[in-house]
This record gives sequence, C-alpha cells and structure tokens, in this order.
Amino acid sequence: MQVAPDTHGKPKRPKQKNITLEERIRGWTDASNVLLMPAILIILFLSVFPLIVSLFASFARIRFVPGGFEINYVGLANFKKIFFGSEQRRFLGRIEDPTIFGWVLFFAFLAFMLVMLLNHIRSERANPFSTMMRVITIIIATALAYLAVATLTPESGLPGTLVVTLIFVFIGVTLQYLLGLGLAMMLTQNLPGKRIFRVMFLLPMMITPVGIGFLFRMIVDTQKGPFADIWYNIGLANFSFVATPWGARTAIIIGDTWQWTPFMFIILLAALEGIPREIFEAAMVDGANRLSMFRHIIMPQVIPVSTTVILIRLIESFKIIDLPNVLTYGGPGTATESVSLHAYSLWRALDLGTSAALAYALLFVVTFIALAFVNIIRRRLLELI
Amino acid sequence: MMTDKTEQTQVSFIQRLFSSSDPFRPAPGSMIISYIFLGLWSFVVLFPLYWVVVTAFKLPIDVNVGPRFLPYGDYEPSTHAWNYLLAESGNLVTRPYINTMTVAIWSSIFALIIGAAASYALNRFTYRPKIGLIMTFLACILLAILLIVVAKLHWIIAVVLALSIYFLLAFTIGRRFERSMGNDDIAFWIISQRMLPPVAVIIPIYVLFQRLGLLNTHAALIITYTAVNIPLVIWFMRDYFSGIPIELEESAFIDGANRYQTLIKIVLPLSVPGLVATFLIVLVFAWNEYVLALFLSGADTQTMPLLVAAQNATRGPQWWNISVLVMLMVAPIIILAIILERFIARGLLIGAVKG
Repeated sequence: MQVAPDTHGKPKRPKQKNITLEERIRGWTDASNVLLMPAILIILFLSVFPLIVSLFASFARIRFVPGGFEINYVGLANFKKIFFGSEQRRFLGRIEDPTIFGWVLFFAFLAFMLVMLLNHIRSERANPFSTMMRVITIIIATALAYLAVATLTPESGLPGTLVVTLIFVFIGVTLQYLLGLGLAMMLTQNLPGKRIFRVMFLLPMMITPVGIGFLFRMIVDTQKGPFADIWYNIGLANFSFVATPWGARTAIIIGDTWQWTPFMFIILLAALEGIPREIFEAAMVDGANRLSMFRHIIMPQVIPVSTTVILIRLIESFKIIDLPNVLTYGGPGTATESVSLHAYSLWRALDLGTSAALAYALLFVVTFIALAFVNIIRRRLLELI
Repeated sequence: MMTDKTEQTQVSFIQRLFSSSDPFRPAPGSMIISYIFLGLWSFVVLFPLYWVVVTAFKLPIDVNVGPRFLPYGDYEPSTHAWNYLLAESGNLVTRPYINTMTVAIWSSIFALIIGAAASYALNRFTYRPKIGLIMTFLACILLAILLIVVAKLHWIIAVVLALSIYFLLAFTIGRRFERSMGNDDIAFWIISQRMLPPVAVIIPIYVLFQRLGLLNTHAALIITYTAVNIPLVIWFMRDYFSGIPIELEESAFIDGANRYQTLIKIVLPLSVPGLVATFLIVLVFAWNEYVLALFLSGADTQTMPLLVAAQNATRGPQWWNISVLVMLMVAPIIILAIILERFIARGLLIGAVKG
C-alpha cells in the first residue's frame, strides 16, 4: 500500500517474494480493497456480466416457459433479422435511391472525409495503425451517411429507428450546445439580476423527462394549447404536430433541447467564470480587441470543457426513450421511435433475443461515435488552442 | 497607440453605446441586447412551467374550450383535480410517491457511500491489476455461461466450476503475468459504464432479479439505481478528493490514526460540499428515472414517472390530472435546486473539466 499515487515515472517495485496464503488474505481485508471492491463488484454484477449475458442472448431465441425459460442458440439469426429480415424496415428504414440532392450531400460528406484522411496521411503523426483506424471510421461513417440520405431524401424513403435516433442526437446536441454557450457568454457579463437568471435557467434539467413529454404535448397542441389563437390565425388550426412525422420530431427535439440546454449552460458558465479577470484586464491594457480576446483567452478555456460536455450529451442522447414514448409513442408510425424504444417494444413482444441484438447494435453505434469524437474531432479541436 | 486615443474621442453615439472599457461591465447597448435574449429564454423556460401550474387548477371544461391563461380573469380556479387525485382515489398517488422517495433516497445514499469510498481509494492508493488475470476471469465467466446454456448444467455447479478453474489458474500461472493497468484505467472503465444503453443490460438483470425473487420489490430498483449512479459519483468525487491536501492525512497517521479513522475524522468533514452536490445530482437522476423502472417495477413498486406516463386515458390525456402529478413530482426537486444551485453548478463543473 502506498500513500499517494506516484504519477511521474514508473515506480520500481521490489521483486515479488512468495506470499503466504495468510498474507494474501490479510491483503484482501486491507483498506485499499475494502474501499474499492464494493463498487467494482456491483458494476461487475450489474453491468459487465449482464452485458456478456446479453451478448449471448442476442445469439439465442429465448422463450418463457412455465417455471423458467428456454434458450435455443440460433447463431446470427437475430442480427440477420434486424439488418436484412423482418425488422429491417423498422430499424434501418425503407431504403430507396437518393435524389440528386441526396447524392450531392453524400458525396460532399465523402469528399470531406477523404480530404481529412489525406491530411492525416501526409501529417507526421500518421502510422499504419492510425491510418487503418481512420479508414474503418470513414467506412462506417459513410455507411451511416448513405443510410441517412437514402431514407430521408427520396419521397418514398422512410427513416428507421437508427436514423431517427441520429437525427435526435445530432440536431438536439448542436442546438443545446449553441444555446447553452450563448446564454453562458451573456451571463459572464456583470449584469444586474445575474443570479436569478442562473437559478431560473437551471430548472428544466431537474424536471422528469416524462413530465416534459406531456408538457410539450400540451404546448404544441394546436387546439387546446396556449398558442391556439396563433395557430388559428396562421391557418394551422387543424394541423397537429404529433400527427406529422417532422412535426413530431420537431416537438421531441424542442423538448429535449429545453431540458438539456441548462446542462451545457451551467457547465460552460462555470468554465467561463473560472477564467481569472486579470487576464482580461491585461489584454485590455495591451490593446486586444474583442475578437482576439475570444480567440486567445476564451477559446483555450472553453474548448476542452466543450468537448467533454458534448461527449457526455452525445452518449446520453443515444439512450433517449422517455420523451418519444410519452410525447408521441414513437408515432406517427415509427417516425419518432428511437432505437431504445424499438428494443423496448420488442421486449414487450417477448422477442428477447432480437431486443438484445438491437441493443448491441445501438451500443456499437454509440461506442463508434464516441470513439470517433474523442480520437478525431476532440483531438483536432484541442490542437487548435 | 496615440492615434487610437485621438480617434476614440470622436466616436459616434452608436459606437459609444456598444463599447466599454471593462470587458466585464457591458456597455449600455449590449446590455439591452443581452437582456432581450435572456428575457426571451426566461420566457421559454418559465412558460411551460407556468402552464402546468395554471392547468392544474382548471376544470376539464376550461381546458377543452381552448387556452385560458389567467386564473380568476379567464377562468375560475378549482381544486377539482387535486381533490380527485389526493382524496378520492385512495392511494393512487401516495403509494408511487412514497415508492419514488424510498427508492431515490436509499439508492442515492448507497451510491454515494460506495462511490465515494471507491473514488477516495482510487485517489490515495495505487492499484496494479494484472491484465492477464482480468482476461482469465472474463474467460471463466464466459465458460460458466456456456456451461449453463449449452451443456445445460445447473447454474450453481457451473459457477463453482468456473470459479475453481479461475482460482487454480490465478494461483499457478497468475503470477507470471507482467502487464498491469493503473488507477486511471480503472476509473475510466468505471465511468465508461455510463455509455451502456439500459436496454443492453436489462434483460439479464430482469432474469437475475426474477431468480432471486426480488422482482417487484424496492430492493430491485434500489440495487439497480445504485449501480447506475456509482459511475457518476466516482466521476464527480474523484477530483474533489484529489483537491484535499494529503499532508493532513499524513499528520493524522503520525498521530497514530488508522486508515478508517483518518477517512472519517479528517477527509469526510472536508469533503461535505462535494458530497452534498454529488448527492443532489444523483438524487435527481434517481428521482426522474423512467426506463429501468419501466422494466423492473410492478404494481406495488410503481414509481412516479411511471404513474405520470400512464396517464393516457382512452378518452385522451386528462391534462388537469397530469399537471397536478407533474407539479407534485417537480416541486421538491425545484425547491432543492433553488436552494442549492451553487453546489450543483460546482459539482457538475468539477466532473466535466477533469473527467
């Protein structure tokens, strides 16, 4: 047992002698183990083992029979079902040929990716392993981009739960970040009444997502909601947000943004307020203008925190289930169904194997996007400062 | 520089409106613009909340005829919905409310104790778990699952078999493994558990609780919420503990205190603010949790989010009842948030900057 971890250099450990069993048992009751082990054990039992069992379940067909359940190994059948079989249309969507606009978007994305790859290969950091990882990243990202344009741009296409989740995540997180940053920048000024705004802006985060679902269903109701007169006057009295695909998605994105902008706001505000005032005063004396102050003082402080909060929200947004479940029940049709909700409804239909396979597909996408964000975008942004 | 000075004396009124000498004291013009935007966002934040409060005191007829904004002006407030939910319907609301409180408070306490202990340990001790041993352990677990599922062994036999194989390997070839991980790897591993979508792990957890006979009890929810919240606690408390100077503990050691005495008498009193902030954040998460409760709770352990979500009658949503429920759910949390706003902000920042 050492007091204080030694962070610089590798500590030289004495060659391990043969430890008797008695000493070993005493080692287990040592403070270092007593304090850490409960957390490790709980996580092992409630997330790691279930994850392994889930992986197994995704290769099996599980049926509840009296007094237990029956498991039959079916190989890749569950994954086949969600990618090519009966669940394909719900998970991936109805895939058609993209329109010209869709192709333009797709090739723009591909070109951007390839330019990034070329830049990387020409830079000094490139090595075969990192290049290979980037190629894999680009292949997966391009596949996702093709899926998006092929289901969203053609008239007959229909986005599946995967694309819908990606829409929620990317639009939602972008809006939350921009709004949160803007509000935080405004409140770093010495405005009278600052503290009241801070407390007020924090509130939506504390409200249960289920409640927010109902709240926004009330607000966007065009006949009984508070803005009924406005809708009537612009001729939308019979329009229903929750009955049109994009209207329903907008309602969910608004609800999600309403709830999570405070999270971005409060952390970015604290980060901005952590910048010592003297730096700004010194910069003023040196004749720096607002733009260069932003570039050289605010950005270095804000970018690391920004990447972290964006990463947290990216990961959390992928799990979205309560808001669509309450606001729209995933409808109309499956227009607002997220992958989590899809997996839940499969579980409801007692198709546990397919549900597990779907959960694994989601886990794969989340891990992929989080890793791509950390290794490519975050690193890029940190180099900027 | 000199030329700048002369130019500045001749700036127009508009320019003066938008320039100021102190970057923290905004010029009048930008102050007005800031207030406009802040006011807009305040409206966005507060209006839905106002609407809930107003709707909670409406009769069904007041809701159905279209928007009515002002109590006493537009409509006569009534406690109809409150009466119905709290008095006439028996324990329709009180039972879920007590369930939610029990589950949220106990799970937050457990998560705080276990998580804070672990993050303290990760800060003050050096761990070197060997990669080879971890791999062996995982392989044995896989073996046990295979034995249960494919060879159809009884699960106790399979687990005992797998564990004995693990200990056999660990005590014999275990000490040959050289590569090991550090504290940061353990912390990262724990925190990365937040990435898991609940649907990916819920099926085995459901089966586990079913086997243990815990389904539809508070214990199932408390255990699961504790597990979900431990990574958050570790993440927030890690840097809080690293900010507490180690010299204090060292001097306590010299005075003859042992590890646990130092922890309770020296470290805990110093970390109260961090613990309070973390507790609150975790409490809010547990209070609002919906997905896990959806899978794991039954009729007796229904929590408030489930009750709110279930308010979708066949005759369309009854906004007055829903509003009352949302108000009941949100009120305690909002009061806590207003009182302890600074704690929460700081707790979140510590997590985000260093996490």
